[in-house]
Amino acid sequence: MTMNPLSRLRRSFEHGVHPAHHKTQTEDLPIQRVPFVKDYVMPLGQHIGVPSRAVVVAGERVRRGQLIAEPGGFVSTALHSPVTGTVRQVGDFRGVDGRFAPAIGIEADPFATQQVDAGAALDWESMSLEKFIEAVQMAGIVGLGGAAFPSHVKLSVPDGVKIRHLLVNGAECEPYLTNDHRLMVERPDALLEGAEIVRQKLGAEETIIGVESNKPDAIAIIRRHIQPGQPVRVVPLKVKYPQGAEKMMIKSVFDKEVPAGQLPRDVEVNVNNVGTIVAIADYFLRGLPLIERVLTVAGPGVTYPANLVVPLGTPVREVVRFCGGLKGESREIIMGGPMMGRPIASLDVPVLKGCSGVLVFTEAETARRKEYPCIRCGRCLEACPYFLNPSRLARLSRARMYDAMKDYHVFDCVECGCCTFACPSSIPIVQLIRTAKDDLTHRKESEE
Amino acid sequence: MKNKDPDLLLFHAPLLRQGMTTPKAMRDVIYALLPATGASIWFFGLSALLVLGASIAGAVLAEWLFDNGQRRGESLRDATAVLTGLLLGLTLPPGLPMWMAFLGGFVGVSLGKVIWGGLGHNLFNPALLGRAFLQATFPIAMTTWVVNSNGGEFTSVYASSLALPFMQSGIDSVTAATPLGMLKFDQEVTPLANLMFGKINGSLGETSGLLLLLGGIYLWLRRDLDWRIPVSILLTVVLFSAVLGLFDAARFPTPLFSVFSGGLLLGAIYMATDPVSSPVTPRGAWIFGIGVGVLVMLIRVFGGLPEGVMYAILLMNAATPLIDRYTQPRVFGRGADSP
Repeated sequence: MTMNPLSRLRRSFEHGVHPAHHKTQTEDLPIQRVPFVKDYVMPLGQHIGVPSRAVVVAGERVRRGQLIAEPGGFVSTALHSPVTGTVRQVGDFRGVDGRFAPAIGIEADPFATQQVDAGAALDWESMSLEKFIEAVQMAGIVGLGGAAFPSHVKLSVPDGVKIRHLLVNGAECEPYLTNDHRLMVERPDALLEGAEIVRQKLGAEETIIGVESNKPDAIAIIRRHIQPGQPVRVVPLKVKYPQGAEKMMIKSVFDKEVPAGQLPRDVEVNVNNVGTIVAIADYFLRGLPLIERVLTVAGPGVTYPANLVVPLGTPVREVVRFCGGLKGESREIIMGGPMMGRPIASLDVPVLKGCSGVLVFTEAETARRKEYPCIRCGRCLEACPYFLNPSRLARLSRARMYDAMKDYHVFDCVECGCCTFACPSSIPIVQLIRTAKDDLTHRKESEE
Repeated sequence: MKNKDPDLLLFHAPLLRQGMTTPKAMRDVIYALLPATGASIWFFGLSALLVLGASIAGAVLAEWLFDNGQRRGESLRDATAVLTGLLLGLTLPPGLPMWMAFLGGFVGVSLGKVIWGGLGHNLFNPALLGRAFLQATFPIAMTTWVVNSNGGEFTSVYASSLALPFMQSGIDSVTAATPLGMLKFDQEVTPLANLMFGKINGSLGETSGLLLLLGGIYLWLRRDLDWRIPVSILLTVVLFSAVLGLFDAARFPTPLFSVFSGGLLLGAIYMATDPVSSPVTPRGAWIFGIGVGVLVMLIRVFGGLPEGVMYAILLMNAATPLIDRYTQPRVFGRGADSP
């Protein structure tokens, strides 16, 4: 790997922004398990791609860890019951975006032991690659960093493509979130085991764990747990948002640009979030499908911030209740991080596979800022990690000149929000770009 | 939870913002100009204050009068009208009649900004447009320079300052030549120290090079200006004069003289960097700055005027949309040929 020594020291991509971390609230709090509650909702479309297909009917008894929905296609995964109980309804439930969408409602059995219905450990070493990928799909594992992209699709490398590096993403660049941090500190063995499984199945030479340097304890603990001879390196990265965007992390670690429209595998890298890697270890070594996840509950509106293991499908209301409830001045709840997460309209929406945090904000963060005209100061250009011209894109979007935005590579935008964070005129740049992308995509779909 | 759920807002991420706002950035520029403004009042007495006040009043009145009417005066809060008036005032001769300064501010904001659609939409720098108007309309008053009193006659007011509108323009004070004028018409070189510390004649803001630089450093530290523009302008001017000096050292100005004389520092640091009328792309900023530098030197050396910063910046303002279009940054993961 040839690299100029200076950029080796800096370990970072260019541009990006520096929001305040806000991680001290929770970074030292051990992960706690929330108690089981009465009602669970498992949406069938909680990952990117085709929704899953339910294989249970109303009234059926299910055990914790039992398959309740099978993949609806290749870009789709299985769902498992997060709890032992009875299927209440297979039908439409209110989703995160406020729309009704198909889901499985399960009522927990208050007298069940909630013993997890774990399968046997799998002999992953002698398993063929096809079987391995199918197993990941049937375990319901998706990218747990927030995107919820089915992991088996990522691990399916076409013939002739060589993966040399497995990159494990422990950057956790979103402010407030500490769930990956705690996972690295508390389960370094599971992380290293999972990484070894994936590395060997992909035939990669080396595992690199990228961690932002504001988590020195995680870096030290993982390094201490590396087995002698295990080809793993932990690489501290500059604290900068969006360090955890996979193309940015590849730039930081390998000083390589993934060409626009291509994937990490095109530069011989496979990237997975630490949570995903631990989930893979839990499935292959302990037989646990993805029925729960770690998330951070934080923000100025939460009484007792915490890092929690939450069964999937638990209503946000119950998670917040466990944390002492909302403070009076709470105004907005974000699922995910404050830079890219999604606001939720109701406390009744369930925790999904891609939900890395439940953040509660108050008046101070949500007050409408006065918007000024764009003065073309260029701060958004200096923030954009993709070197786009957000100022121009926002102007074109305002003028509804969506087609012209394609010339400015609007589809290269990953909506990281750096431009909007940096804008002194408080222009909702990323929202304007999203509007244009949605319009262009829908028009293309309706033409086809 | 017994309490009623809060009515949740659905503002989209990112919820976090950095602290800078557009009015703050504009006020920063005003703060950066305060030392040089103070110096001009010290050098030229109360007349300076009158001229500055009149041009600011003209700019503010235009902004207020031509505001879209829904909430009149709302757009004054972003402080840009005051900034335009102040910048214009600093480019004017100290003894200019107040009514002319007022008219300049009024025309600058109304024709230079409001009719384009207000802040962020104008093609030309409004302060320089106002000055160009004054230069075309009152050529004599705009080139009559009073003697720098260097603080000696602080409380005296030039009679011309108070001249009545459209009456005799009242150029009867002791007049003097600017360093660039002296060089151009009398081949007389002003000592560099005088240029840097302000012991020269000229327009209000151009007399104290060091204080202008100081303000520029403040703006750079606050990330309120694109450093590429002043750096490229000044480098171009230095190089251009160095090359000219090789031909005839006596006739052409030295590089440092070129930098510190006339309104170059004022223009390069505070006017060419006006984000609205300069390119937004990094490569565009370099091209823009080099263009301004070359035009300044061409006008100064070959033109009929001793000073060329105003026209140089206005001409490059006109080229800004074109420069922006052809200097889009190279997008991550794309080849160099992408637009």
